[in-house]
Amino acid sequence: MFSRDNWKEIFKTIQKNKLRTFLSGFTVSLGILIFVVLFGMGNGLVNTFNEFFGDDATNVLYIFPGRTTIPYKGYKSNRVIEFENSDLEDIEKNLAMFVEYTTPRITRSGLVKYKNESNNYTSRAVGPAHQYAEKTIMMKGRYLNEEDMRNKTKYVVIGRLVEKDLFQGEDAIGKYIDISGSAFMVVGVFQDDGGDNEERLIYMPYTTRQLIEKNTDKINQIIVGFKPEIGYAGAMALDRSLERFFKEKKYISPEDQNGIFIRNVADQLKQNQQFARVLQLIVGLVAFGTIIAGIIGISNIMVFVVKERTKELGVRKALGATPKSVISSILLESVFITTISGFVGMMIGVAVLGSLGEKLKDYFITNPYIDMVMAVSATLVLILFGAIAGYIPAKRAADIKPIEALRDE
Amino acid sequence: MIEIKNLHKSYKMGSNSLHVLKGINFSVGDGELVAIMGSSGSGKSTLLNILGMLDVLDEGSYTLDGVPIKNLNETKAAQYRNKFLGFVFQSFNLINYKSAMENVALPLYYQKVGRKERQEKALKYLEQVGLREWADHLPSELSGGQKQRVAIARAMAAEPKVLLADEPTGALDSKTSYEVMDLIQKINDAGNTILIVTHEPDIADMCKRIVHLKDGVIVEDKKVTQVRASQYV
Repeated sequence: MFSRDNWKEIFKTIQKNKLRTFLSGFTVSLGILIFVVLFGMGNGLVNTFNEFFGDDATNVLYIFPGRTTIPYKGYKSNRVIEFENSDLEDIEKNLAMFVEYTTPRITRSGLVKYKNESNNYTSRAVGPAHQYAEKTIMMKGRYLNEEDMRNKTKYVVIGRLVEKDLFQGEDAIGKYIDISGSAFMVVGVFQDDGGDNEERLIYMPYTTRQLIEKNTDKINQIIVGFKPEIGYAGAMALDRSLERFFKEKKYISPEDQNGIFIRNVADQLKQNQQFARVLQLIVGLVAFGTIIAGIIGISNIMVFVVKERTKELGVRKALGATPKSVISSILLESVFITTISGFVGMMIGVAVLGSLGEKLKDYFITNPYIDMVMAVSATLVLILFGAIAGYIPAKRAADIKPIEALRDE
Repeated sequence: MIEIKNLHKSYKMGSNSLHVLKGINFSVGDGELVAIMGSSGSGKSTLLNILGMLDVLDEGSYTLDGVPIKNLNETKAAQYRNKFLGFVFQSFNLINYKSAMENVALPLYYQKVGRKERQEKALKYLEQVGLREWADHLPSELSGGQKQRVAIARAMAAEPKVLLADEPTGALDSKTSYEVMDLIQKINDAGNTILIVTHEPDIADMCKRIVHLKDGVIVEDKKVTQVRASQYV
């Protein structure tokens, strides 16, 4: 069945029947190409998604103070809630079994100067653990540490773009910058996957910020990092405990929805992942449809090919071709064409995806790619169904009496 | 060589069946050149198709070179056709995308003859029909007479016991017909058994024996003095 002679015969047939070869090859190539590109785009969408939501740690709760809307325990409504340093300690003390770290965040913005360059930047006054919550990656120097908190040092860690814009290529480490009138020494430069805006931030010790602001102990917002092993259910429980704890401590009515806000990243992440999964499912369905269309296409062409060759097959049978040799020559021919063109289509698709890279980022498609196993198995499925689709008409052609095949005009 | 006894064949046409061959008894010896004649619908082509194992008989017996031909599956029939029979058709039935040589070599391919030997044999038979120089031409580049000669070379290439020709001159003008008949006579002179279905009396006269078929039965079976085609060429 696989002798050199058989292949010679098949190549000859393929060579001499260019239209037929082109039609079936094109259908398969196109089917696989569209499948690969679509599937890759779907993955690109999911990538964008993960990039949007994946830059921060996922085991984190953000607590924001609000304004009360319900009078409670003698306090009037519309009271502004504020957090202070003692709240951090309380959380760590009372919810120790859930909590891995806490960090405050005080956000301010102002003019920042170095030599003749100046610009408006947002500064965040934070604790050392903020590095984990924000997944800040240090490029050089160091992050803020406990020592800085205790000594209220005037050290800052600046974003990559802050260094680039203010220092114009100079090394920022050890240099002093002016932030709203006070001088700070740069001890570190960081980068962040969250995008350009995240890399235009300046981090300083929260104790230093509080000292500058008349030695207050107020903080804007609290970030709580919980132990990953408590899982989704644990995170939801922590969410509720924190709410209860703060409502009690700050005298907020349990019914008040606006006293404090807790943003639970784990909860959001779960929803987002579900959304991404649905997206992938839809894209997968479309891609599956393409494969089905490809299978139908190749089946139609096989029926046409066999019909077109009926008379030739009759002649061959009169000359001594057995049904088996008729079937195997049709099948080998079709499998050969679909294999070659299937892999060509797959390669083109993979190349197209590779060349796209970041170009479609504006359309929310980042780094579209397809798993090679997926691409190859889709191609194999198409080849297999092409063969099955070819077998049925080939079998029928082989079973026709040669006299009937010869009469076919 | 060929032995047929009480052959019946009918075709189903919807609800009623058409009885085409109604008890044919017929035998052909080695080296004979037989013309089967008859008007259209007399059953002559059906007879030839059954002899060629392209069609199956309903009743009776058929022995070819001592081998009883019955209950053949397609694979067996294909092998027998390849081994015993060569076909020449009215419409040539060359494979249009293969060159003359490849067409001639095709039955050898199915005999699993090696490629080199196939080509040599094919060229030898093309030489015999005088088309050696046309070996690389496609059928579309050949005239009707040339096509039929290629078809004859193809039929002979497998070195069959019997050559079956169905109206081999039906699509040719009389001059080309005589050329083809001259070739057939020469092949017969070399000792090959040949059966020709024709409705042209002058073609039949070039055979050694004429069998007349009418309404599915043999009405006449006579030996004739062969008219040589070479005198017209």
